[in-house]
Amino acid sequence: MNPENYLILAALLFSIGSIGVLVRRNALVAFMCVELMLNACNLALVAGSQITGGLNGQVASFFVMVVAAAEVVVGLAIIVSIYKTRRSTSVDDANLLKL
Amino acid sequence: MSPMLIPLVTGAEVTFWIGAPLAVLGALGLVFSRRAVYAALSMAVAMISLAVLYASLDAPFLAMTQIIVYTGAVMMMFLFVMMMVGVDTPDSAVETLKGQRPLAILAGIGLAALLIFAIIGSITQPAATVVEANAQFGGNPQGLANLMFGRYIFVFELASALLITAAVGAMILAHRQRVTPKRDQRELAQERMAAYADKGEHPGPLPNSGVYATTNSIAAPALLPDGSIAPKSISQTLLLRGAVIDPIPLAKVTDQTFAAIEAVEEDEDE
Amino acid sequence: MLLETLAAPVAATGMFTLAWTMIAVPAVMAGLLLLAGKLSDRWGHLAATAAVVWSFAIAVCLFAEQMMRPASERAVSAHLYTWLGVGHWTFEVGLLVDQLSILFALLITGVGSLIHIYSIGYMAHDARRRRFFAYLNLFIAAMLILVLADNYLVLFVGWEGVGLASYLLISFWQHKPSAAAAGTKAFVMNRVGDLGLLMAISTMLAMFGSSSFEAVNAGAAHVPPLWATLIGFFLLLAACGKSAQVPLQAWLLDAMEGPTPVSALIHAATMVTAGVYLVVRSHAIFEMAPIAQAAVVIVGTVTLLAGAWIGTSQDDIKKVLAGSTMSQIGYMMLAAGIGPAGYAFAIFHLLTHGFFKANMFLGAGSIMHGMNDDVNMRHFGGLASAMRVTFLTFSMGYLAIIGFPFFAGYFSKDHIIEAAFANNVVIGLCALLGAGITAFYMTRLMLMTFFGEKRWRQGVHPHESPKAMTVPLIILAVFSVGAGLLMNWWIQTWLEPAVGNHAHDISLIPTPVGWATLLVVAAGVAASWMVFGRGSIPDVAPATKNPVTIAGRNVLFGDQVNGFLFTHPTVATAKAIDTADVSLIDRSFDGAGRAFQGLSTQLRRLQTGYTRNYALTMLLGVLVVGAVLILSQLG
Repeated sequence: MNPENYLILAALLFSIGSIGVLVRRNALVAFMCVELMLNACNLALVAGSQITGGLNGQVASFFVMVVAAAEVVVGLAIIVSIYKTRRSTSVDDANLLKL
Repeated sequence: MSPMLIPLVTGAEVTFWIGAPLAVLGALGLVFSRRAVYAALSMAVAMISLAVLYASLDAPFLAMTQIIVYTGAVMMMFLFVMMMVGVDTPDSAVETLKGQRPLAILAGIGLAALLIFAIIGSITQPAATVVEANAQFGGNPQGLANLMFGRYIFVFELASALLITAAVGAMILAHRQRVTPKRDQRELAQERMAAYADKGEHPGPLPNSGVYATTNSIAAPALLPDGSIAPKSISQTLLLRGAVIDPIPLAKVTDQTFAAIEAVEEDEDE
Repeated sequence: MLLETLAAPVAATGMFTLAWTMIAVPAVMAGLLLLAGKLSDRWGHLAATAAVVWSFAIAVCLFAEQMMRPASERAVSAHLYTWLGVGHWTFEVGLLVDQLSILFALLITGVGSLIHIYSIGYMAHDARRRRFFAYLNLFIAAMLILVLADNYLVLFVGWEGVGLASYLLISFWQHKPSAAAAGTKAFVMNRVGDLGLLMAISTMLAMFGSSSFEAVNAGAAHVPPLWATLIGFFLLLAACGKSAQVPLQAWLLDAMEGPTPVSALIHAATMVTAGVYLVVRSHAIFEMAPIAQAAVVIVGTVTLLAGAWIGTSQDDIKKVLAGSTMSQIGYMMLAAGIGPAGYAFAIFHLLTHGFFKANMFLGAGSIMHGMNDDVNMRHFGGLASAMRVTFLTFSMGYLAIIGFPFFAGYFSKDHIIEAAFANNVVIGLCALLGAGITAFYMTRLMLMTFFGEKRWRQGVHPHESPKAMTVPLIILAVFSVGAGLLMNWWIQTWLEPAVGNHAHDISLIPTPVGWATLLVVAAGVAASWMVFGRGSIPDVAPATKNPVTIAGRNVLFGDQVNGFLFTHPTVATAKAIDTADVSLIDRSFDGAGRAFQGLSTQLRRLQTGYTRNYALTMLLGVLVVGAVLILSQLG
């Protein structure tokens, strides 16, 4: 089984995730797309572990999961607090970066 | 029996060719389904497929973690927040930013092409496996534990600090400062009676939502005897969110039924 | 020849290690009084006076110790600390207490103490008395830095310090526009001189690699004559600025806007003589530069005549004295320019002048005190009986300045005139003429102020000043009488190790030149008596067509000359530059600004504020960077 296939799958998932971030306006869905991208990275790391024959890639993947969990907690809290003040979860509504 | 003659089809290969399309389908579903709940379900599909792929890559510990952490905890949290902010309204299909959608898709395809172009042919060494590494300490979890509590102990400690910080941060972000003192039951009751004395407002419970032949959703308001809508029968929140169902067509079914029954009775009377 | 006689200074021991407190105590007191504010209003003047008295006491102790030492060990240097090092230059801060600087220190702190005491009475009713005393202390500290420094750079610090103190004190009554303008004028004209000193120091650093007196004196003998002359001219420019010599004389008369004790201390006795000190201190340079020396002589001669000329036609008592100060400093510069034959006499005259001119200025202050701050001599007359002590002390100063036999000025000025004759007959004749004019205008001042009928304004009741003011007057009068006799035989030998000397035959019997001087002075007094002593003095200055008088009344048109030569061209240039600035530079920058504004307005549209837009841009960027990386790997 050629590990290149896993890497290609990871690349595909990553690209699909990035498209999702760019086209979805619902903050929750965009956030899930970010998670998908993280998962794609995890897959690449685990495949890398297989390629090199060591467990380092799997450990790295585990830490990515930890960070992703923390990120989800904080990110969802931010979405909820924005929803509480603006009554919306659309990322386009929070366009205060423009003067 | 020589591998030269019979194509070598291993279990891992079969798993990949089943799991990979499922993962891609899940990802596409995530991106293209208009309802957030469907997107979340597609995401779950993609994640479980990935867990299966992990297992096929000799990483059983990560496969379990993936299911427990992602599909179990993270996805549950997403769904929970979705329930809080409302899942009813589908996203509009109209893209408001000019040129955003085609450019984004083009960029995504470009990124995929670039990455695949870089990946193909990049692995020159013969394929190794983690079987030996897994066996060294008597299993995959043991091997990972050896690394995590050995070489990566400080990273592990940092990760725990990160989790604590994230938990505290989430509490602070989601916390709302109470600006008025909390009113207790006695005060609420007194207010209700005072409103009844002053303005004649009904002090009892509010009317329940409408019950119709086709729905008993709380989004459907009840009708008063004269056929008009009872405004107090639905939640103010639903009204604000625009999720209220128009009860007049619903009531029509009932009216038609009544009319049909009356027609039958008249027939019998004749 | 001369240089060998200059003994190297010995290291400081004993009392000399306390020399720095002479500077530090008044400086700290000045800072304290300025910072403490109203807290020190009640005792500030006493504390300031105590600080100066402390400096005076130290100076007296050092002087006594020097007297007891052999001549070769009298010059003492006290190294304080290293200021800074740049490249191969190191600037040290050190004090040089030698025969020359100790005389200055004594004059500054001695006369300074008397003037502080006098000011306690003079400024008693001024609301800002504490500030005045703080500035006076600042001046004393700066002046001591100037004369005690062992190198030109530290001297320059003191030089600027006295300039600052002078500015602050001239415009002390800043509510008067004339005082504010006078302070600014003095400050600006002094800057011209300061530029000269800065250039001299820079040249010294380039030529000798150091600005210390020792290095400059040692190196002067080997420096090319051109450079020596250049340094000499720079130093002369500096001296002209600080000592109000022609052509930088115009500020001194206006400086009389300051309180009278300031005029006495800064603009008569001490600061304005700093130029003479500078020339004498740099004698090694000037001896290598005969042209610069001649220039010093000419500047001195011109100024002594110009000052006297101004003195003859002013009606303001302080301005007459200011003109006289210019003139007397002209004598000192003349002596300093003559060379080794004159250094000691320049310093001698500087000291006696410090006493009798301070005496007369303080006397003028006392008169103003009694006359409700009137300074116009045409409103005086007959004050001899009304203000006995002031009259008597002023008379001592008068006799000293005109050179009445055996009074202070008789010795010091006669020596200078004799030295001038020995140098050049024309210069000698000019100095002689100056003595006659001095006698003329000083007699005029005495006659108009103390004699004749009373021309007092209504409501003015002259009265004697309080003890705090008369006691310093009496002490200064004693020195006006005795300082000449006291120092006549001693000062040449005392100063010889520091400045070198040609031995002069000095006796009490006048030489032929001395007799001639006495004759000219008597003629000046008689002429003045003929004009002002017999008839009545008109209430306003009589109209005249005499160009000499008109020029004198207008201070020799100094302001007009400066205005024509410098101010108007500068203002015109500034206006032209301003016009060019507005029409050319401003416009072009405004245009560029507007262009960028327009461009920004267009570019601003790129900023949508939508996160997804930014994310897209980022992804495109990632694509470009990734493509470049991968494609470059292929190449």
